[in-house]
Amino acid sequence: MNITWTRRRTALSRFWRDYRRQRAGLYGAAILIAAVALALLTPLVTDPAGMDVTRATGAKMAAPSLDFPLGTDESGRSVLLMTLWGSRVSLLIGFMSALLSMTIGTVTGIAAGHFRGWTSAVLLRITDWFLVLPSLVLALVLAAILGGGTSTIILAIGVTSWASTARLIRAQTLSVEARPYIERSRALGAGHWHIMTRHVLPNVAPLVLANTTLQVASAIVAESTLAFLGADSGKVSWGGMLRGSYDWGAATSGAWWYVLAPGLCIVAVVMAFTLCGRALEAVLNPRLRGVSR
Amino acid sequence: MTERRENAGERGSLLEARDLHVEFASRGRRARAVDGVNLAVGEGEIVALVGESGCGKTTLARTLLGLERPTSGSVLYGGAPLSYSSRALKAYRREVQLVLQDPTGSLNPRHTVYEAVAEGPRIHGMSDERDRVVSALARTGLRPPERFLHSYPHELSGGQRQRVVIAGALALDPRVLVADEPVASLDASVRGEILALLLRLRDELGLSALVVTHDLGLAWNIADRVAVMYLGRIVESGPVEQVLRSPTHPYTQALLSVLPESPSPVVLSGEPPDPTRIPGGCRFHPRCQVLAAGAAARAGVEGRCRSQPLAILPVSPFSADSHAACHYAGARLE
Amino acid sequence: MSLLRLRDVAVTYRVASGEVPAVRGVSLDLAAGQALGVAGESGSGKSTLAMALLRLLPRDARVTGEILLDGEDVLTMNWGRLRAVRWASASVVFQGAQHALNPVRRIEQQIAEPLLVHGMATPAEARRKVGELLEQVGLPAWRARSYPHELSGGQRQRVMIAMALACSPRLIIADEPTTALDVMIQAQVLALIRSLIAEHDISLIMISHDLSVLASMCDRLAVMYAGRVVESGPSGEVFRDARHPYSLALSAAFPTVGDPASRRAPKGLGGDPPDPMHLPTGCSFHPRCPVALPECAFQEVELWAAGESRTAACVHVRPESVQPAGPGEGLEKQSVPVARPAEESQ
Ligand SMILES: Nc1ncnc2c1ncn2[C@@H]1O[C@H](COP(=O)(O)OP(=O)(O)OP(=O)(O)O)[C@@H](O)[C@H]1O
Ligand SMILES: Nc1ncnc2c1ncn2[C@@H]1O[C@H](COP(=O)(O)OP(=O)(O)OP(=O)(O)O)[C@@H](O)[C@H]1O
Ligand code: SF4
Ligand code: SF4
Ligand SMILES: [Mg+2]
Ligand SMILES: [Mg+2]
Repeated sequence: MNITWTRRRTALSRFWRDYRRQRAGLYGAAILIAAVALALLTPLVTDPAGMDVTRATGAKMAAPSLDFPLGTDESGRSVLLMTLWGSRVSLLIGFMSALLSMTIGTVTGIAAGHFRGWTSAVLLRITDWFLVLPSLVLALVLAAILGGGTSTIILAIGVTSWASTARLIRAQTLSVEARPYIERSRALGAGHWHIMTRHVLPNVAPLVLANTTLQVASAIVAESTLAFLGADSGKVSWGGMLRGSYDWGAATSGAWWYVLAPGLCIVAVVMAFTLCGRALEAVLNPRLRGVSR
Repeated sequence: MTERRENAGERGSLLEARDLHVEFASRGRRARAVDGVNLAVGEGEIVALVGESGCGKTTLARTLLGLERPTSGSVLYGGAPLSYSSRALKAYRREVQLVLQDPTGSLNPRHTVYEAVAEGPRIHGMSDERDRVVSALARTGLRPPERFLHSYPHELSGGQRQRVVIAGALALDPRVLVADEPVASLDASVRGEILALLLRLRDELGLSALVVTHDLGLAWNIADRVAVMYLGRIVESGPVEQVLRSPTHPYTQALLSVLPESPSPVVLSGEPPDPTRIPGGCRFHPRCQVLAAGAAARAGVEGRCRSQPLAILPVSPFSADSHAACHYAGARLE
Repeated sequence: MSLLRLRDVAVTYRVASGEVPAVRGVSLDLAAGQALGVAGESGSGKSTLAMALLRLLPRDARVTGEILLDGEDVLTMNWGRLRAVRWASASVVFQGAQHALNPVRRIEQQIAEPLLVHGMATPAEARRKVGELLEQVGLPAWRARSYPHELSGGQRQRVMIAMALACSPRLIIADEPTTALDVMIQAQVLALIRSLIAEHDISLIMISHDLSVLASMCDRLAVMYAGRVVESGPSGEVFRDARHPYSLALSAAFPTVGDPASRRAPKGLGGDPPDPMHLPTGCSFHPRCPVALPECAFQEVELWAAGESRTAACVHVRPESVQPAGPGEGLEKQSVPVARPAEESQ
């Protein structure tokens, strides 16, 4: 088993070598690591008391100063503090809903590609249905029905955004299923479960990984949009901050810091995820094609 | 299993196709890829199935494995018709194994040699997985097995890959091996080794084999009996020495005549045959050189060649007789 | 004068992990109107050699030596001259050519392209020429309007041959033109090539690993192993009476149907193909050679004369005068049965 371990290590180092060549991907990864590190460190270095509206210490809508490097909001809370705490919520929702969406999408996609006949037809119909449905509206409705809370938002985004993934995974599954080793496996006596888990899943995994990364980006955008439209988790998130700034007319009243802080954060993190996703695609996909020929 | 063996009798057939038909829908038409085939492989017998590209060899092999359902007719194993329930198929595939046409495609590039060979034993929940893998690899000549266990397919040569595929089939200790073009994609120098391996397995383990190929030299090298297929039908079958030394069907004669060494090649012209448009009468008549040369007319069978279909050839394993589906050959015998 | 003359041609590919010496010093001659067969197992450098003849190799390949086509060195030619030679003097039917056709363009366009590009014909003339070419390779002229996927493998291979004939070359290099085709179609394509080279007095270099096919098509044969020619001579003689153990294994691999000696006795060659980056010392065949002598592991071999207009690179054919004294004494006695391993093993 020692040898498998060595092989994994070399595979990993080869992956890293290829990834390193992707300049943009490296920048993306750096931004992400910084963002995640900040989000994780926030509870250790800051006091959540500052987030309480009733205990806010600053003036309302104060411009950036030494005390409040990014100014304050309508209740006198530090925008910097809010941005830091908001990143935890935004990232959490982004990651979790992307995970949910990828799980649903992968399972549906593999099943729709593997099975023939009505199973595949039904799954495809459902996928198409979710694909054409305006997912934001659906998510809004879902969030409204289920009531507030972080998990509701995760659920709402995850359940409405898996369809395109399912399509992608199904296409890849079909191409894997056409390979002779699937027929060999079947001739050895393999059942559906064996083929799907031992052959198809490992082959679509790189695609899933690259896609999840991209999906996190769109989930963060979706979260912000939902929050902006009023469906939030009840906790401060970047989307929620934007909504607040809009409600209090921050942009028109010259309180640019209130808009800019969460706005730039969203742009930066979304861009970082996209860069990483694209880099992963570039690194993993040629190899996927190369070895599966 | 022992019951079946007794039922089938000492020299009975182990794997048999009876009046087998397989059709595909192909661009709105029916392609009769296998169009009435009787074929039998006896215990410890090696049968070669030869024929040109597209005549339905692979389809027949896949149908024998239950990977394709026959449109009509049946596959018999140990005298009993094949059941298509998934449990029965799984049990069946423990005893009858398939080696596919293309060794490179047959191996998952992400699985090591060990995983590839262990796949069968794992599926069937066999306990002594590692021992089986090691011994199967050693039997196929990948020695020492430990050297190959953790290799990936792309690190192996073509011949080694083919041996891994065969080892994967052997790991289940099958009684019948159906090998589809086992050496077509291989180098000349590796070819003999793989064939020798098949012969040795038959001698040592009593393995039965159906070897699908378009290479008559291969049939001559290892088979006991040979069946020649043309456009979905067996047109001649019998012991290798008889069929390949003194073929009676014009198609077999043509196949043998185009071997590089032969003095007077009969190169069949015309397009490769199309299973969606099988000619009436004798299915070979549009390309038949005996008919074209007028020999059939002289024997008085020309009309029958063009209009009277031929019966499906009977087969039995170990049979010492050869049969040909040809009016002309029939008339000359009388 | 010979049409093609190779002197000590070597090709090395530069790859990430080092250098791959794919061809290591090959000298050959081809007279006008002659057919030369090049045999050898997969990876022995046959295609590389063929591509080197017209400088068709990728940039990372370094070619050294001398390749004289009609007395002109291909390796030092300028680009303009080289392009002229490629179309007018020699053309290649590539390995796996059936997949080399552009799937979205009609056969007609693909055959006419070189004629038009080189200004050798007006579009109307080119169209007529395409019809003629197709008839020459046994396809009806209306097939010109077909797309590649509408043709069978054998028909596609004929189209490739028609393309090679388009500019009336004097030399055709056919790289495995029939591998992957079934026996009947293979026979059709071979008969076609045979009649074309006879009618138009074209020289042929044909590459294959099937010695029996080459023996039936070519005047002379060269057998390659690990980037070198290990045996050459008149094709019939090399095929029936090989002197080098590797050629012997190669010719035994394809049995003669009806020959009792090969019945139930397939012959192969054990061991693994050589890794060009880590070639064995001495005779590169020694790890797989059934008749290797101890000295083979370090003694360099070269092509020695092995009969009239025949050569082989094996110590068993080495002329007496070059043999080292001492351990070579028993060799003469030994070499009679030993040079024919196939017989010995029976
Ligand atoms: N799934 C399918 N759908 C439609 N037609 C098919 C299918 N599979 C095979 N055929 C057709 O059936 C015929 C027989 O095919 P098959 O693969 O059995 O030939 P083969 O004898 O194995 O040929 P080769 O020597 O080229 O492998 C061919 O004409 C092929 O086009
Ligand atoms: N572009 C390349 N870069 C690096 N190595 C190469 C390249 N092309 C070929 N080689 C190597 O050079 C050697 C000779 O290859 P070549 O294609 O000439 O073999 P061949 O005799 O034609 O084999 P085959 O019968 O399989 O076609 C092989 O070891 C191959 O791996
Ligand atoms: S039956 Fe007639 S057409 Fe058919 S193979 Fe015999 S002679 Fe030829
Ligand atoms: S030189 Fe030696 S190793 Fe090489 S082929 Fe001759 S006998 Fe074999
Ligand atoms: Mg086939
Ligand atoms: Mg080649």
